[in-house]
Amino acid sequence: MTILYFLIGCSILLALIFLAAFFWAQKSGQHDDLYTPAMRMLLEDKEEPPPEK
Amino acid sequence: MKETLTRKEITCYHCGDEVPDAGITTDEKDFCCQGCKAVYQVLQDNQLCSYYSYNDHPGANREQRNKRFDYLGEPSIVSQLIDYTDEQQTVVTFYLPHIHCSSCLWLLEQLNKINPAIYYCRVDFLKKQINIRFDQRQLSLQGLVELLDDIGYEPLISLQDIIKKQNAVPRDNLVLKIAVAGFCFGNVMLLSFPEYFGLSIAEQSFRQFFGWLNILFSLPVVFYSGRGYFVSAWNNLRNKVLHIDFPLALGIAVLFIRTVAEILTHSGAGFADTLCGLVFFLLIGKLVQQKTYHHISFERDYRSFFPVAVQVITDGKERPVPLSELQTGHRIVIRNQEIIPADAILLKGEALIDFSFVTGESVPVSKILGEIIYAGGRQTGQAIEMEVIKPVSQSYLTQLWNNEAFTQLKKNRIPSFNEKIGKYFTIVLLAIAFSAFFFWLQTDIKRALAAFTSVLIVACPCALALSTPFTLSAALSIFDRNRFYLKNTAVVEQLAGIDTIVLDKTGTITTGDHTSLSLRAELTGGQKQLIYSVCMNSGHPLSRMICRYLGNEDGLEVADYTEILGKGILAGIRQHQVRIGNEQFVLGSRQAGVNTTQVHLMIDGHYLGYFSFVHHYREGLEKIAELRTEYQLHLLSGDGDHELTELLPFFRYAEQLHFNQSPQQKLDYIRLLQLQGNKVMMIGDGLNDSGALKQSDLGIAVTENINNFSPGSDAILDGRSFEQLPSFLQFAKDTVRVIQLSFGISLVYNLVGLSFAVTGKLSPLTAAILMPVSTVTIISFTSIATRVAAKFRQLL
Repeated sequence: MTILYFLIGCSILLALIFLAAFFWAQKSGQHDDLYTPAMRMLLEDKEEPPPEK
Repeated sequence: MKETLTRKEITCYHCGDEVPDAGITTDEKDFCCQGCKAVYQVLQDNQLCSYYSYNDHPGANREQRNKRFDYLGEPSIVSQLIDYTDEQQTVVTFYLPHIHCSSCLWLLEQLNKINPAIYYCRVDFLKKQINIRFDQRQLSLQGLVELLDDIGYEPLISLQDIIKKQNAVPRDNLVLKIAVAGFCFGNVMLLSFPEYFGLSIAEQSFRQFFGWLNILFSLPVVFYSGRGYFVSAWNNLRNKVLHIDFPLALGIAVLFIRTVAEILTHSGAGFADTLCGLVFFLLIGKLVQQKTYHHISFERDYRSFFPVAVQVITDGKERPVPLSELQTGHRIVIRNQEIIPADAILLKGEALIDFSFVTGESVPVSKILGEIIYAGGRQTGQAIEMEVIKPVSQSYLTQLWNNEAFTQLKKNRIPSFNEKIGKYFTIVLLAIAFSAFFFWLQTDIKRALAAFTSVLIVACPCALALSTPFTLSAALSIFDRNRFYLKNTAVVEQLAGIDTIVLDKTGTITTGDHTSLSLRAELTGGQKQLIYSVCMNSGHPLSRMICRYLGNEDGLEVADYTEILGKGILAGIRQHQVRIGNEQFVLGSRQAGVNTTQVHLMIDGHYLGYFSFVHHYREGLEKIAELRTEYQLHLLSGDGDHELTELLPFFRYAEQLHFNQSPQQKLDYIRLLQLQGNKVMMIGDGLNDSGALKQSDLGIAVTENINNFSPGSDAILDGRSFEQLPSFLQFAKDTVRVIQLSFGISLVYNLVGLSFAVTGKLSPLTAAILMPVSTVTIISFTSIATRVAAKFRQLL
């Protein structure tokens, strides 16, 4: 049963990575505008996208 | 579609308005005006005509556009507008009120095809904002704004850009706090299950391991996510008020200390999952309460309405001057559709001023040379020259903002239910906790401590703290559906607490063109000319309307003209005696029971008939009038009292109707009502109501279009929903009732929990079940009850 120590450690580490990813997404402003991207993806984009992000 | 074809109505390819007979056609497409065609051609030249394929008629009508952006050449103004600049690029954010469909989004993100100096543009659809990065060496800010204007998206430029500021406010990392709390809550729950289901003797070593992990997970929950509650509780203590946050902080602290103590002393499993769940749910409640409207501003004052700069003539040359530098004596030029920024004397040109934003009155007023024109009017017609006689902030209208109502915080707000109950709740809670403590102290100190902490844990008003935000935010979205936009959730409770309603007249209970006139007389051409000539001389609103009705007659010279205030006009023209006025004045007698305003006509002692004016009030004014049984109804109007007879039936007493009120008098009247102990709701629309809206306990701005300018207020009501106001008031009261009921339910849970707690035998499992169950009950009760109430009030 000592394998549980390892498994719990792994699961917590994994969860922490996801939490960190969420922090990063929030801080880099990915959740600032939740509406426009949904509209943007429906628009035809025949030409190349804007050169800079 | 077929129907529109058979009716053969040609609509403008760009804006969708009806094309007049003299429409313009290009490429087999019809346009209503040159402006719309110009936009089409810009897009055509740049191969951007897919704009028209995403939506039909995505453009805005371009008939009126005389905007000049010369002031954007002034470096002092430019530096205030841009977000960032360096050698290569400038970043700027504009608010574009016209953004409304996917076509807008598509076009605005293709700006670099029109001008390669624009590197990047991103639209935020809900905020109606565009963020643009461009090379200022190749394209000036003025050029950029003109480009936006050319394609039909004129930015709303204002130095007091509230929308930008409002959206820039950081949301105190609430989402991150919730993420941490939720993360810990999930893990702690997982780690607590083995304890609840029982661990075999072989697995005892895990108990310690899980315990330590639980403490580890509780740390960020208490010290990061829950920090705000401790700060708030500390402020409560310092200000000697007991708010609901105090028992919450106490509960969190006790939960944490007891958990750590139990795990360290091996005496139990602790309450880590209850603790994490509590903080998680509380923060969600906070998030729900924070709902804001990104595209509506509630904080506007005259600065966001007035232009950024005005053209000043110095040494025969025009130069844009920022409004803040405008001084007395400056000679300014106001062009068609521009707003007069300060009180000024008309020096040159024909002034026809539209005061609709100030007073709500849509009929332009003509002014003569040498007359003082108050700030806030919009010139229609040719350019005029004026001399400023007062600085912007000291003008008739704007000095209102110097009033203390705008600088002081509202003190005697109606206290919310939570504020009222919080104090008693805390006192009772502490009393129970201490009596349990002293009761068990005589027998067993351990049990006494256990009982004391259990009471504080179980009675932690989690459900109570959640009921208010969930109910109010549900109510907010119901109001929102009905086109009534509240500044924040607290306004709902204010709405329930008011007992006096004050209405503005023009623009609020009347709409733009609210009067229709009909002629009940047979007039010959000569008689029409006589009447027109007489009425031309009068500034009375009724005379002006008669003039407009009769159209462009040639004015005749009027001899011995006498206007008797409130009665009529006596005049002699070309040996004719003309008598125009009310019945008593013209006929000498008055019929009873006449409900409309009438203007009677008599020429040379021969009675001709009368003009009848029918006032159209907003639909539902009768319903609002019915509120007078529950509320005091008052009317404040900037106009004269010529509608008194029509309005009197709606209000009970003549002394509750006040006419000829200046903006300052409106404010003072509200203050007077408040001094008499009334909770006043003001409903207005124009800048002249701003003071009253601010002074009142609850100010509602009525507007035809929520994206248009509306004065600073607590709530914005779309004119179409005006008749639902009584339902809104009733529903707000229902909402408060729902909060009270859910408080009752949470009390029942508290009592159940307390019966365990006072004995000192609260098991972690009981707490872990009780807390989420009560929370879920409250949340579902409030959402269902609010919906039911909304259905009952026909708001859903």
